[in-house]
Amino acid sequence: MLGATTSLEVQTPEGVSFRLPIASPFSRCLAMAIDFAVILALTVLLFQILSILGNMLTHIPVIGRVVSDLSSGLLIILQFLIGIGYGIACEWLLRGQTVGKRMMKLRVIDERGLTLRFSQVAIRNLFRLLDILPSTFYLLGGISCFLTKRCQRLGDIAAGTLVVREVPVRPPALESLAQSRSNSFSRHPHLEARLRQNTSPTEARIALDALIRRDELAAEPRLTVFSRLAGHFREIVSFPEEDTIGLSDEQYVRNVVDSLFRRAGG
Amino acid sequence: MILDLDKFLRKEWPFWDELEALLRLEENQPDRRPSLEEARRFHYLYQRVSSDLVKLQTFAGETETVAFLERIVARAYRSLHSENREKLPFRPWGWLTRTFPATFRRHGLAFALSMGTFWLGAGFGAAALGLNYELKGDFIPPQFSHLNEKPSKRVAREEERGFDAFEGRNTFSAQLMTHNTKVTIMTMVTGFLWGIFTVILLFYNGIIIGVVMFDYITDGQGVFLTAWLLPHGSFELPAIFIGGQAGLVVARTMFGWGTNIRLHQRFALIRSDLLTLIGGAALLLIWAGVVESFLSQYHSPAFYPWKIGLGAVQLVALILYLSFCGRRPRRSPATLV
Repeated sequence: MLGATTSLEVQTPEGVSFRLPIASPFSRCLAMAIDFAVILALTVLLFQILSILGNMLTHIPVIGRVVSDLSSGLLIILQFLIGIGYGIACEWLLRGQTVGKRMMKLRVIDERGLTLRFSQVAIRNLFRLLDILPSTFYLLGGISCFLTKRCQRLGDIAAGTLVVREVPVRPPALESLAQSRSNSFSRHPHLEARLRQNTSPTEARIALDALIRRDELAAEPRLTVFSRLAGHFREIVSFPEEDTIGLSDEQYVRNVVDSLFRRAGG
Repeated sequence: MILDLDKFLRKEWPFWDELEALLRLEENQPDRRPSLEEARRFHYLYQRVSSDLVKLQTFAGETETVAFLERIVARAYRSLHSENREKLPFRPWGWLTRTFPATFRRHGLAFALSMGTFWLGAGFGAAALGLNYELKGDFIPPQFSHLNEKPSKRVAREEERGFDAFEGRNTFSAQLMTHNTKVTIMTMVTGFLWGIFTVILLFYNGIIIGVVMFDYITDGQGVFLTAWLLPHGSFELPAIFIGGQAGLVVARTMFGWGTNIRLHQRFALIRSDLLTLIGGAALLLIWAGVVESFLSQYHSPAFYPWKIGLGAVQLVALILYLSFCGRRPRRSPATLV
């Protein structure tokens, strides 16, 4: 069911696992709407070009009628090719992206995390004819997206593909975490050692994440979060009062993180 | 144990940077072949960064750096473990003379079932019309309403009409090609619904042909009918059967009879075959569209033998092509060393 899996976990033969965030049906719908607009724009442009050419040549005796007929025949074929081939060409040339997917930061990938093969790209786009049924309401594909764990439409199941979010990830600027203030806890290496010993990686991660995301929090929740974290770490190790007096909860957590992550190696 | 993140990042960062640079180079120039030394270095970096990822996941739990490394490892994994990106364009001659007919024969049973379902529908349509002629209007879809009139009347009218080579022939031809190709793809993809709709589509199209054939033959217009349908039908009907064949291959994959592998693995085995079948059917339909538009609609009795002859030659050629083309010669035991 939708939401049962929000990321694709790939286990490599080397024993490493990594996760790729799966795109939601909503963002996929938006990408599809953009692609539909692009297809429409291409078709209109083509129609205009062929109409102008047809009109110019219609007046020529003998071949005029042939050219006019030929251009309308060509328009039908090109319309068909754009409709069927747009997705195939874009996803093959742009490595799993169409214009809509690129704008929505989505990408089609192989369900094992490998490179897409041409047969996968072609099959997932041909099966779109089934996904859009009934008529062009995308009901079958939509139901399939909602019912499958990895939000796959029928074309994705047949092609062995899924759509993931391309989240730009940057490593944290660790220099900013410790700021310029000195860490008063460093005067007590034995207490720092006890802190590292008694703190689990999960607790350390929560403290670090809180500092990284401090600017995303409103003032009141920020105070609450750091107050709870500081309280929790005070219970683990108690530093002498002369080094904690006057320290805000947030600075207390900063010192804890600094002691945990920077000094562990000595 | 908690990792000294600062020290760790300072030490490992250059390796992550180097791997990312190599990945960027590979993604920007997919056809470039790295030297052996470069490939070894790439593999070393992949292993090192993977190991860093595991360390971070286990000992540091710092989510942003983990996400950053996951992304690099994912790209490197994709690059190392994927098969080589196929080159386009593929070899059309090899595909036409070997791949397509061989794939067609590999799924011969599905083709026989597809053709059988169609002709069963045709038999049903003919029998139904034989029992009650009033049903004709119910069987003929609205877009073929011209088939509702008495065949002999239509034949008389068509044979009097001259041949205007340019009157909308290209447009008509394009409409036929695109419509029939769409129907053929539809016949294939509906196989996903356990083949039910593929069978219905084939049977229904069979009914229409059966009704038309019965109507024209019983009205004494068999020659007109053959000269009208055979030139393009000799390619169009087999193309529709091939679409049905692909649909039934999809249906068999959905059921998974005789295998114990999972659905996505079953689909991986047939994907290329489906594309080959549908590509072959599309080619046949392009030719059928040209013939139907430029030749089939020209109903001069003097041309009937030529039209029937052309249709028959096309049909025989197609049967021979699909049956024998691209067969590998059987080796005699002496050559099997």
